[in-house]
Amino acid sequence: MTNPADLKYTATHEWARRETDGSVTIGITHHAQEALGDIVFLELPEAGRVVKAGEECAVVESVKAASDIYAPVGGAVIARNDAAVDAPESVNQDAYAAWLFKLKPSNAAEFDALLDAAAYAKVEAEH
Amino acid sequence: MTQRTPLYEAHRAAGAKIVDFAGWEMPIHYGSQIEEHHLVRRAAGMFDVSHMLAIDLTGCDAQAWLRRLVANDVAKLTLPGKALYSCLLKEDGGVIDDLIIYYFTPTQYRIVVNAGTAQKDLAWMQARAENFNISLTPRRDLAMIAVQGPQARERFWQAFPESRAASEPLVVFQAVAWNNWLIARTGYTGEDGFEISVPATHAISVWQKLLDAGVKPAGLGARDTLRLEAGMNLYGQDMDEGQNPLVSGLTSTLDFKEANRDFIGKSALAGRRAQGNLREFLGLVLLDRGVLRAHQQVFCPQGQGETTSGSFAPTLNQSIAFARLPAGVKPGDEVQVEIRDKRLKAKVVKPPFARHGKPLV
Repeated sequence: MTNPADLKYTATHEWARRETDGSVTIGITHHAQEALGDIVFLELPEAGRVVKAGEECAVVESVKAASDIYAPVGGAVIARNDAAVDAPESVNQDAYAAWLFKLKPSNAAEFDALLDAAAYAKVEAEH
Repeated sequence: MTQRTPLYEAHRAAGAKIVDFAGWEMPIHYGSQIEEHHLVRRAAGMFDVSHMLAIDLTGCDAQAWLRRLVANDVAKLTLPGKALYSCLLKEDGGVIDDLIIYYFTPTQYRIVVNAGTAQKDLAWMQARAENFNISLTPRRDLAMIAVQGPQARERFWQAFPESRAASEPLVVFQAVAWNNWLIARTGYTGEDGFEISVPATHAISVWQKLLDAGVKPAGLGARDTLRLEAGMNLYGQDMDEGQNPLVSGLTSTLDFKEANRDFIGKSALAGRRAQGNLREFLGLVLLDRGVLRAHQQVFCPQGQGETTSGSFAPTLNQSIAFARLPAGVKPGDEVQVEIRDKRLKAKVVKPPFARHGKPLV
C-alpha cells in the first residue's frame, strides 16, 4: 500500500495531517498496523493534555504487544477518536481513516520538519 | 542459527509472518491471528508443531524409568496409545519441562517435549538412564501437524479417508499408529482434533491434502490465545525451573498416591505442600478496558501477585490472564492489576476460560 502523499510521517510510524484550521490530526501508518497485527485496545490522551514533540502520549495494543505512540509535534490535545477506541480493529482496516487524536500545535515549524511520503518510504524499507 | 521445519516453504507460500520461536522460524499468523483463533473455535485450523521433539523410549525398564523420571505416574496408562501429561522435575521441584507421554506397551513409549527445552530435556534424561535398560531415540525425522476444531476430525478423514477406521475409535488423549504415522486425539487449544506425526518427507503433501479439505493454517499467535483460554500452561511463562507445579496450577498432575514410588522432586514437593500457605494459581478477567500481559503486578487484599501469561481473549472479547496470587485469594474475588501506572479492576476466576467453542467464565 502506498502512503498518502498529502500526509507527513515520523520515523516511529505515526502519520500527521494539517487541517485547514491549523490543527494536526495524528494516526499510525499502514505499515505500523501491519507490524502490530490485530489491534484490540487504544489508550488515547485526554483533551487538554499538553504534549511535547516526541513525547509518549498514546498506546496501541495488538493481541501480541503494546506499542507506544509518540506525538509528532508538540501542542495541546483537542480531540480523540472515541469511535476508534470502541472499534480498535478500524485501525487495521484503514489506518489513514482511523485517526487517533488531534493537536493544536504550539510550533508550526515542527510539522514542516516531519518526513514526507517519499522519506517515510525509505524508513519503511529499513524495518 | 535458526532452524526451519519441513513446512517452512508452505508457510511462506501461505503468506505467513515468520518469527523466531525458541530458535525456530515459525509462522506467528497468516494475516489475522484473531480470525485464525475463531476458525479453530468454530470450524477447523491446523498448526505446524514440528518444532516440538518426539523422543521414542524403548527397553524392558522403560516403565520403571518413567515412574522415577516424571511426576505423573505412567502406571495408570493401560489402554494402548493412551497419553499422559506430566511435568519433568528437578530434585527441588522446579519444572524442567512439561511433556506428553504416549504409552504403547510397558516397554515402548513416545515422549513429546517443547522445542525450547528439547536439548536440555534429552541431556537430563540421558544422564538419568544409567542402571536402566532403556534406549532414547530423538525423532527429528518427523513432522507434527495439529488439526484442531469442532470440524477437525471430519476434515482430516475427508483428506485421509483410509485412516478413519483406525482413528475414529480413539478416545480423548489416545493415539494410534497408522502405517508410519501416529494419529493422536490430543491438542493445545481446548477443541477436539488430532495431532499427527508423519515422516518429514510426507509433511508437505499431508499439509496440502488438509488445505484441499478446507483446513486453513493457523499460527503460533492463535495457538497461544487458544491455549490460554483453554486454561493450559505454557512452559517458560507459567512455570519454569524456579516455579514448582504446586504454585502453577499443576498439582493434579503430581501423583503422590503410591508411597513407594519415588519420582524426582517428590520429597521437595511433599515437604512444600505440608508447609501450606501456597500461592494460588488462578485466572483473571479484566473488567476495565486494557490488555493483560505477563508480569503485571496484581494487588489483592491478601498482598501482591503477578500475572504469568496474559492476552486479549478473542472468544470472550475481553482480556484474560493466569496469575500467581497470595494464598487465600479465591475465584469471585475482585483484584487490581497495575498497567502503565494505573490500577485496573479484574475478577478472579478458575481457568479454563473457554473450551469447545464456548466461554466458561
